[in-house]
Amino acid sequence: MGQSVRDHKGRPIVVVTGIGIVTSLGEGKADNWRKLTTGTSGVRKISRFSTEGLRTEIAGLVDWTGEGQYCAPLHSLALARKSAVEAIAQSSIGSRGSFPGPLFLAVSPAETNWDQRMEIYRGAAGSNNSGSGYERLVRNSATGDFRHYYSLYQFGSIAEHLADEFGTRGQPISLTTACASGATAVQLGVEAIRRGDTDAALCMGTEGAICEEVVVRFTLLSALSTQNDDPQGASKPFSKTRDGFVMAEGSATLVLESYDAAKARGAKILGVVRGTGERADTFHRTRSKPDGSAIIDTITRSLADTGMSAEDIDCINAHGTSTPENDKMEYLALSEALGSHLADTPISSNKSMIGHTLSAAGAIEAAISLLTIDAGVIPPTINCHEQDPNILMDVVPNVKRDQAINTVMSNSFGFGGQNVCLIFSAEPA
Amino acid sequence: MNIEKSEVWITGIGLVSSLGEGLDTHWQQLTAGNIPAPSVDTEDQAPYSVHPIVDYDLATQIPKRSDQRQMGPWQQLGTYAAGLALDDAGIAHNPDLLAATNMIVAAGGGERDIEVDSAIMDALDTSDNPAALLNASLMSELRPTLFLAQLSNLMAGNISIVHGVTDSSRTFMGEEMAGVSAIETAAAQIQNGQGEVFLVGGAYIAERADMTMLMALGDALWKGDHASVWSRAKRDGGMIMGSAGVFLVLESRQHAEARGVKPYARLNKVVSDRCNRRAGAAHKVAETLLEQVSEQLPEGPLAVLSGCCGVQPQLSEERAFLESLSERGISPAIRGATTLFGNTMEAQFPFNVALASLAISRGAFFDPFDNSGIEQPFSDNPERVLISTWGHWRGESLALIDTPDAPLRGED
Repeated sequence: MGQSVRDHKGRPIVVVTGIGIVTSLGEGKADNWRKLTTGTSGVRKISRFSTEGLRTEIAGLVDWTGEGQYCAPLHSLALARKSAVEAIAQSSIGSRGSFPGPLFLAVSPAETNWDQRMEIYRGAAGSNNSGSGYERLVRNSATGDFRHYYSLYQFGSIAEHLADEFGTRGQPISLTTACASGATAVQLGVEAIRRGDTDAALCMGTEGAICEEVVVRFTLLSALSTQNDDPQGASKPFSKTRDGFVMAEGSATLVLESYDAAKARGAKILGVVRGTGERADTFHRTRSKPDGSAIIDTITRSLADTGMSAEDIDCINAHGTSTPENDKMEYLALSEALGSHLADTPISSNKSMIGHTLSAAGAIEAAISLLTIDAGVIPPTINCHEQDPNILMDVVPNVKRDQAINTVMSNSFGFGGQNVCLIFSAEPA
Repeated sequence: MNIEKSEVWITGIGLVSSLGEGLDTHWQQLTAGNIPAPSVDTEDQAPYSVHPIVDYDLATQIPKRSDQRQMGPWQQLGTYAAGLALDDAGIAHNPDLLAATNMIVAAGGGERDIEVDSAIMDALDTSDNPAALLNASLMSELRPTLFLAQLSNLMAGNISIVHGVTDSSRTFMGEEMAGVSAIETAAAQIQNGQGEVFLVGGAYIAERADMTMLMALGDALWKGDHASVWSRAKRDGGMIMGSAGVFLVLESRQHAEARGVKPYARLNKVVSDRCNRRAGAAHKVAETLLEQVSEQLPEGPLAVLSGCCGVQPQLSEERAFLESLSERGISPAIRGATTLFGNTMEAQFPFNVALASLAISRGAFFDPFDNSGIEQPFSDNPERVLISTWGHWRGESLALIDTPDAPLRGED
């Protein structure tokens, strides 16, 4: 056994040995990377459900996986399974159906879809369909005809199914911090390995829950782009004419390990999780403090956790949602936290191509941050034809950039004021 | 690393249930010498009984009406209980402490609008263009605040906004086990120097047709009048859902001592695991968990709080497991908390930790909650309380709450 390697605070070093990804661009690292670096958009007209009467008719759905009638938890599970299979295969960790560590799953809260609600309401053949509303719904629920929906719509359902399939250790954790969820899953894995509780962790985000009601809800918050005539051009982070985000689906999985454990088994190290930072906001349910202090703190704390300085950041994987509010606040916070170094730091929003994958976004962008380091190529922010004159950053507009990258910062800011920043570097730490 | 692990103290408790608000109210009712009458509503979710939340004065913890209006009953109850816990721990209104307080909320989701859902279902059933009707109905009937009130992570968001808790903020989901994982994770972080103070807890409101529907799908609800959880084994079992909001302040010993705060109790250990719930599997998991705490369980009487929710066959399996403690020379004095409080789901485990801490700090255990003979009297001063938690669908846990080597908070 070699000497145990520690970080600047004496903690085990956390590395990534497996990455899996599925987005509106496609399945797997190779397909996604090819499309990310050629500036391809995965946003399309929605075909899963009727958009008649909706203000937004576009999304980056993953609608080719073919589980049959759409059912949100089954779809989120299917996406999660794809990214987990890819990541675990790359990592060659454990054995089939036996992953040697806990599962941290970022997932949107379970909700019964309207199709399923109406299926129950209408009842099985021969049901007593007297009465109305929930009285009838609850009575038909109790017939036993829809028992399969009981476990499926539990909040812990998807993680439990994944734990069964991949044989992760202990009680899996399903978590949500809204749009920061995927990054929170990585944080929890990092913390568990740093504590020495485990040598490995399966950190995942999945988002497959896009239906009529979800579109309507975000519409009512004025959060979505309505540029329906040009789906591929609708997500335009940092642009002057940005008008909201584009909802999307996808999943990513990172296999995290302690550096010592990965070395001991001869695993290929894909990158190092150098540090994480977090700070909750107190201002508003959907908006950041006007002075950006919570996001600034999040970024500053992530730097402090790594022991690095702003100058060590080579590139930023932006939260970059394409909402007027987020992109302005992200610029403000980065200006404050990175100071003059920001002017020299390329910042790119994957959401310009993928859309905003909500619960999965933090994990997907962590995966892409690592691919960026590996390739020495920064994917572009597409649809940036007229950059917001008040956002003075190098947003890598429209065309990828070849540049050696050692360290990437990845930002995730959620509704509800939950903010997370992750920093990844190439090996060696 | 051979760093000595920090002790985890419970230094603040905020508690509202169907039986009342606050530790004193619960203490009086649970030690009155007879089984308190549970608060049961048989109408609201008929044919199922539920334990409704007691009336409480929202404005004392959520003073702004604008904040109150942004939440549904579930978020209000959690935000209220969180405020009680912060007050109790002496953290409320202290900006420095609040900025260093981490939060893990165990959450389901907020209430759906039952009237809107019902009207839409009834209309869709007879519509010849249901897709267009659904979209039009959602666009006209949903309100932005309702969506935010439903979001699982917005209980934590509201706690940050209303009370100013701003260090890390995580929301765990997954029914009963979300409460277990929240406390288990917070304790691990404190023990390893990843935080000194945590606000941890959750809430559940039983008077919700959308959740009644979900549990009815699995035939998981007890039908008919209230009955002790153990007695439900005779008729295929079933849960009675309960309402509670409970938050705990967990704190490292050093941090609490430095600011001169006495604990109710010490969180000695929380362990958990899972299985596929084939016959006997959960019992086997519980046996393995027991091995991890058994060296701290001396022979003789042991105070045990069970979260047994009432569904079968878990009810019979968990009872058999608890009674098998006698094979180790332990005489368990079991209290099935769900008999009085119902299954409060994500709040259940935090609630039992609060009850266990109450018993430790007051130096006595509760009277039996059931008179069938399974719940034995316990007359000693409980130095420790074992908490057993089996999720209604998945997950098993054991936890040990005990007496630290330090002066406790009593009835002061």
